[in-house]
Amino acid sequence: MVTTTNITKTYQKGTVKAVDNVSFSVEKGELFGLIGPDGAGKSSIFRMLTTLLLPDSGSATVAGHDIVTDYQRIRSKVGYMPGRFSLYPDLSIEENLHFFATVFNTTVKENYHLIEDIYVQIAPFGKRRAGKLSGGMKQKLALCCALIHKPTVLFLDEPTTGVDPVSRREFWEMLKRLRQQGITILVSTPYMDEASLCDRIALIQNGSILSIDSPQGIADAYPSSLYAVQANDLPRLIHVLPTYHPHMHSYLFGEYIHLDTRGMGGHDLPEELTRFLAAEGFGDIEVKPIAPTIEDCFINMLIRHDT
Amino acid sequence: MRILKFLLQKEFRQIFRNRAILALILVMPVMQLIILPLAADYEVKNINLSVVDHDHSPYSRQLVSKITASGYFRLQGYPASLKEAYHLIEQDKADLTLEIPRGFERELIRDGHQQLFIAVNAINGTKAGLGSAYLTRILRDYNEDIRMEWMTPTRFQPVSTIEVVPSNRFNPLLNYQFFMVPGILAILLTMVGGFLSALNIVKEKEIGTIEQINVTPIKKHHFILGKLIPFWVLGNVVFTVGLLVSWVIYGIFPQGSISAMYGFVGIYLLAVLGFGLLISTYTDTQQQAMFIMFFFMMIFILMGGLFTSIDSMPPWAKALSRLNPVSYLVEVMRMIVLKGSGWADVFPHLCAMLGFAVILNGWATLNYRKTN
Repeated sequence: MVTTTNITKTYQKGTVKAVDNVSFSVEKGELFGLIGPDGAGKSSIFRMLTTLLLPDSGSATVAGHDIVTDYQRIRSKVGYMPGRFSLYPDLSIEENLHFFATVFNTTVKENYHLIEDIYVQIAPFGKRRAGKLSGGMKQKLALCCALIHKPTVLFLDEPTTGVDPVSRREFWEMLKRLRQQGITILVSTPYMDEASLCDRIALIQNGSILSIDSPQGIADAYPSSLYAVQANDLPRLIHVLPTYHPHMHSYLFGEYIHLDTRGMGGHDLPEELTRFLAAEGFGDIEVKPIAPTIEDCFINMLIRHDT
Repeated sequence: MRILKFLLQKEFRQIFRNRAILALILVMPVMQLIILPLAADYEVKNINLSVVDHDHSPYSRQLVSKITASGYFRLQGYPASLKEAYHLIEQDKADLTLEIPRGFERELIRDGHQQLFIAVNAINGTKAGLGSAYLTRILRDYNEDIRMEWMTPTRFQPVSTIEVVPSNRFNPLLNYQFFMVPGILAILLTMVGGFLSALNIVKEKEIGTIEQINVTPIKKHHFILGKLIPFWVLGNVVFTVGLLVSWVIYGIFPQGSISAMYGFVGIYLLAVLGFGLLISTYTDTQQQAMFIMFFFMMIFILMGGLFTSIDSMPPWAKALSRLNPVSYLVEVMRMIVLKGSGWADVFPHLCAMLGFAVILNGWATLNYRKTN
C-alpha cells in the first residue's frame, strides 16, 4: 500500500540530512509505526508521502500512485493528521467536520460509520469552537476530519504527543478498530511503549532506519541477555556498575538499571554481580533477567551504531 | 464550483465570527472619513506674527490692523527692535516678523515708495511659504488702497496694471475637503484590501491549517478564489459605506458616472487583493506580512498623489508612481467625484489597473505552492 525506495531529503541546501536513504513498505490493512526520537525525520517522511514535500532522490508510492508524478490522485486517497493541531480554531466541531467532508466531495453522512465510535465522544460539544477544545478532544476531532473522506491510507504524525495517558490508550484503541475496517495506518511516535501496539515498526534515528520488524521480532532479535539491577543507593550504583566489566553497558530505566551483558557471558552473572555489589557496600541488591522492551532494543542499536 | 461554494461559506463564516475585524472594517472608514478631512487641511492658519513698528504712525497701524483682520495671522506682540523679534522667532513664539521702518508714513507720502522687511521662520516650509505669500498679498492690496487714496483720479491711469481674476473650476470654493475625501477613501480601500488578504492567508500558514488544506484535492485556483472573493465583497462594502459617509457628512456626491466608479474600484480591488496574496506567498508569519505591507503602503500612500501632487515630483518619482496602483485610484476618484468623468475618461486608467490585476494575481498564483 505504501512503498518507499531510497528516499532522501535534505534541508538548507543539502547541509542538513533529514531523511537518509529510507526504504520500507507497508501492506494493506497494516498498522505501521515509525518510532524514533524528536528530529529523527519522521515528519519529513510523512510530509513526503502526503505530497507536501518533494524528496531529493528516491521514489515512493502511496496506494499505487507515485508521490511526485501522481500526487493529485494521492491527495484524494490519503488522510493526514499533522503533528500540530491544524483545524480551524474559529469553526465549531460540526463545521470543521462538514468542511473537510465537502472539500473531498463527500458528506458527513456518507462515511459516518467510519467515525461514529470516535465522533459520539465529542458530539455533545458539536457547537463548540475547535480552538476551545481540550487536547484529547482536539485529537479526536482531527482524526475524524482525517477519516471523513474514507481514505485508503491514514497518516498520523505523532498523534499522541502531548496527550494524557488515558486519552493515549483510548486513541490506540480507536486505531485498532480502524485497522479492522481495512484502512492502512502509518503512525509516528516518539513513545517507545506505543511501539508494541503496532503490527510492524521501523526504528529511526538521524534520518535512517535502524531496523524494521514486528515489535516481537525486534525484541526477539535482541542479541544478548538483559538484566535489571536495583540496590539501595541507585545514584551510586550507576557509577559503580560500569567498573564491574569494561564491556558492560548500563543505563537507568525507571527505578532499575538495565544491564546489557554482550561480551561478558556467564550464566552465573547474577550471583557474581550480587557478590561484587555486596563487596562494594550496597544493600537490598536485586539482579534479575528480563525480556527486552522496544526501548532496550533501540538503545542497544544506538550503542552498536556508535561503536 | 461546488468546492468553491463551500470554501466561500467557510471564509464568510470565519469573517463574521471575527467581531474585531468586522467592527474595524465598518468603523474604520466612518471614523477616518470624519476625522481626517477636517484635520488634514492644507490651508495655513494661525500664523504667529510679530511686528517691529519703528514708525508708530496711523499708516503703520492701519497696515497692521489690515493684516490681523485677514484671519490668517495672530499678532504675538510688538517687539521694540528686530533683535527682540528674532528672539521671538528663536523661541518659536513667532513665525513671521514684519519690520516697519522709521518714517514709513512720511517717506511714503513724500517719495511715493517705501520698503518693508519680512523675516520668516522657514523650518516648516509650507507654513513659511504660504505665510509670506499671504503677507505679501496683503501688503500689495494695502499698496493699492494707498494709491487709490493718493492718486488724484485722472482720466488716464499713469501706471497701467494687469489684474488677474482666477476662476476655480470643479471646486470653486477651493474646499480642501472635496479634494481630500475621495483620496482618503482610496487609501481606505487599499488598506482594507491589501492587509486583510495578506494576513488571512499567512494566518492559515501560521496556525498550520494550510497543511490540512494542501493535502486535500482542492485546486489552487479554487483556494485563491475562495480567498479573493470574500475580501472583494468586503472592499466594496467599505467603499459604499465610505461614499455614503462623504455624502451625508460632506455633501460630496460623485458628479460623474457611478457605474464607472464601481467598475474601476472592482478591478482595483482585484489588483490590491492580488498584491496582498503575493506578499502572503513570500512570508511565513503575520508579523513579516504586516511589516512588508506597511513598507509598501507608506510608499503607495505618500507617492500616490493624495498629499503631494505627482506632477511636482522629480521625473524618476513620477515614473515610479506609474507603478503605484494607489495613484490611479486617487486620480480616478477625483476625476469622477469632482470633475464628473465617465467611462471614456477613465478608460486608460482602467486598462492599466487591469494589467496590475492580471500581473499581481498571476504572479501570486504561480508562487503559491502546495508542495515544497
